[in-house]
Amino acid sequence: MDYIKKIYYGDIPGENSGGGELKGFSDPSLESGDEAWPLWEVFIRSKQGLDHKHAGSLHAADAAMAIENARDVYTRRQEGVSIWVVESKDIHASNPDDSGSFYEPAEDKIYRYPGFYDLPDEVKQM
Amino acid sequence: MPTQYPDILFQQKINKEIKIEPKDWMPEAYRKTNIRQISQHAHSEIVGMLPEGNWISRAPTLKRKAILIAKVQDEAGHGLYLYSAAETLGITRDEMIDDLHCGKAKYSSIFNYPSLTWADMGAIGWLVDGAAILNQVALCRTSYGPYARALVRICKEESFHQRQGFETLLVLSQGTVDQKAMCQDAINRWWWPSLMMFGPKDSESTNNDMGIKWKIKRKTNDELRQNFVDMAAEQVKVLGMSLPDPALQWNEANKKYDFGELNWDEFWKVVKGNGPCNKQRLAARVKAHEDGAWVREAAVAYQRKRKAAVRSSFGEAKEAV
Ligand SMILES: [Fe+2]
Ligand SMILES: [Fe+2]
Repeated sequence: MDYIKKIYYGDIPGENSGGGELKGFSDPSLESGDEAWPLWEVFIRSKQGLDHKHAGSLHAADAAMAIENARDVYTRRQEGVSIWVVESKDIHASNPDDSGSFYEPAEDKIYRYPGFYDLPDEVKQM
Repeated sequence: MPTQYPDILFQQKINKEIKIEPKDWMPEAYRKTNIRQISQHAHSEIVGMLPEGNWISRAPTLKRKAILIAKVQDEAGHGLYLYSAAETLGITRDEMIDDLHCGKAKYSSIFNYPSLTWADMGAIGWLVDGAAILNQVALCRTSYGPYARALVRICKEESFHQRQGFETLLVLSQGTVDQKAMCQDAINRWWWPSLMMFGPKDSESTNNDMGIKWKIKRKTNDELRQNFVDMAAEQVKVLGMSLPDPALQWNEANKKYDFGELNWDEFWKVVKGNGPCNKQRLAARVKAHEDGAWVREAAVAYQRKRKAAVRSSFGEAKEAV
């Protein structure tokens, strides 16, 4: 890999520049032995009336600790009024490789948008 | 077709500024480059707490102590955002920590310099965080989604770091003769190492630059270093201090500051582990990790016990029915 030689901030090369050796790509929470705390995804409601939004992830031994850690890591400046945490392994995701066919049914249904309908100008505010 | 030329489709996405997300196809080298860059960035935030942590107990006032604690806590947060961004690429937290502790992974060399006086807290905030901000603002548009999002969060918090540092120096610069001297001394010691934070000269790098092609990095080392010099050369005037570079001079034709050559021998010496504090910094990290082991183990044991308790009470309930 001689083409990643360039050195940037936080990217110092060397005989062993580290971090690059992957031990197989699988669920990280399963790899790290049973001592490691599981990974949690954190969702935060920034103020009343808004949805919870994904903020990031963190490690914690259990849900209570995950919520406390989330408070310290993600809301040091009053960024939230409510926190949800869920273990990362419990999240199921759609497959990005299928996104073409998966979302295709919506592509040709332009009649689902208000702009599809031509109405006379007299019809105001619709 | 998508599976036939994934690398071409990948580059097209990059060119169109479409972010790459964890489960998307990516070249193995892209994954590795990101793991290396993000984890080194994370390590830098974590090790970066040490020079400043050194002064928390000796801050001159309660106000300065509270500010310094808040700043150091932010840096811990930055490390955590970045570790979890790196984890989305398939490396575990434990692997990254191990790589740091055994000396395999690197962190920014700047944190291998000692913080000798209170004025260093000002110089670090102004210069070190200032340099980090330039790097990180440029990186907010990086192509890997989780890294870019972590950086946006980080950048929002950084400006307080630089401002509190500058203000610390400002107060000293208006103080006694000794305080003024301390202020100048800190600037003198931190100036050149701060310039080194941007890495080697562009001319030292290989032409075949995947970091830029893949939009992991958005500006070159020299561009960022020049921006930094132009910024600091003006700000130092507000302090009534000077930067320790006789070659520093405004270049009217180029509309930027000319500045002297960095000591690259020193740069490589520190990168290779022979800086003033390399061993001390790593030893401090390893000690903190080992001293905390019983807490981590106790938390896991407690959680297991509670799970078992829930299970057995569930079992009893079932039997009762
Ligand atoms: Fe930071
Ligand atoms: Fe900072």
